[in-house]
Amino acid sequence: MNIIETRGLGKRYGGSWALRECTLAIPAGHVAALVGPNGAGKTTLLNIAVGLAAPSAGAVTVIGGRPAGSPAALDAIAFVAQDTPLYKNLSVADLLHLTRNLNRRFDDEYANARLGELGIPRERKAGDLSGGQQTQVALTLALARHPKLLVLDEPMAMLDPLARHDFMAAVMTAVADDGVSVVLSSHVLAELERVADYLVLLSSGSVQVAGEVDDLLASHRVLTGPASEADSCAERLNVVHVRRGEAQVHLLVRINGATDALPPGFEEHPVSLEELTLAYLRAPGTAALPGPERTVAAVASQVAQ
Amino acid sequence: MSGGLDGLTAARGLSPIEFRLDSSSGVPTYLQLVQQVEQALRLGYLTPGDQLPRVRDVVASLAINPNTVLKAYRELETKGLTAGRPGQGTFIESTLSQVALPELTGLRRSLLGWLARAEGAGLDADGTEALFASVLRDFYDRRDSSGEHRGAARDDSKDVA
Repeated sequence: MNIIETRGLGKRYGGSWALRECTLAIPAGHVAALVGPNGAGKTTLLNIAVGLAAPSAGAVTVIGGRPAGSPAALDAIAFVAQDTPLYKNLSVADLLHLTRNLNRRFDDEYANARLGELGIPRERKAGDLSGGQQTQVALTLALARHPKLLVLDEPMAMLDPLARHDFMAAVMTAVADDGVSVVLSSHVLAELERVADYLVLLSSGSVQVAGEVDDLLASHRVLTGPASEADSCAERLNVVHVRRGEAQVHLLVRINGATDALPPGFEEHPVSLEELTLAYLRAPGTAALPGPERTVAAVASQVAQ
Repeated sequence: MSGGLDGLTAARGLSPIEFRLDSSSGVPTYLQLVQQVEQALRLGYLTPGDQLPRVRDVVASLAINPNTVLKAYRELETKGLTAGRPGQGTFIESTLSQVALPELTGLRRSLLGWLARAEGAGLDADGTEALFASVLRDFYDRRDSSGEHRGAARDDSKDVA
């Protein structure tokens, strides 16, 4: 089952496309990180997936084929938007009351227990809570609906390190308890490494990299060796990104299946998710997508062999 | 005081160990968990029958993906160090096999002799370490690629049994 599936998805604002030919399938049961430079279309994609915006082209379904924005889809999705929108003049208790009455399903017991654990006073107005507490209230309202898909847009942008940790711990506990699928966009690459097991990298409105983190890490290496050999390596290997000094060169390469023979004088190192993401962000022309027929680089290397 | 803490530990079914993460080590998270259990076994913090921290508790304290913890626990189970008990958690099955002390002493002595030769040849501590790490890697790489991976062979026989 795919938790989000898009085909040829496009969204135009005025004369410019925020998303274009975006085709994607995120399997259920993952914590999927959506990354990309500013203006890559992350928020647009999330807004369409949760039904807050309509696509200009293409189709999107969620939770195994439910059309985005349909009642069946909305019932099973919880969304926490970028700026944690709460009604600032309402008390926490009123927010709970409101959310309970606006949804078909709301777990009062769970919500109250969580707020109790967090020590958030129910009579306090949302606007008087700290940024970290506001985010936790928004997350509690979202999780108390026991969604199948939890969508978080830049959830940690406003939080200090401790609040970030607590927020992520709460999300991961919900994954462990309920098996909720999570899609979150974030700029903080180092933090994603601990939580994400699926990566989607958007670039200029379409998907540049998609796949399970373990598969991506297993299929990429950094090769360090003499700079004089860099060009001959680039011909044989599937090089994503090159960092070249006068004598030494680091090649971030994608390996296909069986490990390619290491070029003489080169050492092989595993890559971190952050390193891999940065390499692709710096090389917008390369792609790593599931399915060999869709992988430009793999096709090129097969032709070369 | 310590009695009270022990009582609390027993009452909540807590594990003798707590995991920590070093995000700058470059070691994948699941592997850090595996290595910490192995180290705790070597040092005697964990003994057969002990419970590993519950997945939910690890997730809540480290804010990591539950699949990461499950992967680490699967790996420990594959290595024969732990076993999962349905509905209860993961428990230590066996301790890490140690080389007998006399043999260890002999190995240590011959390594000291080699280190003296390395120093005599002009290698400093860092150079020696780099050389050792490189030879160690080559040794196991060659052994693995020639199909003599003892761990894999042992796992196969276990599956059959």
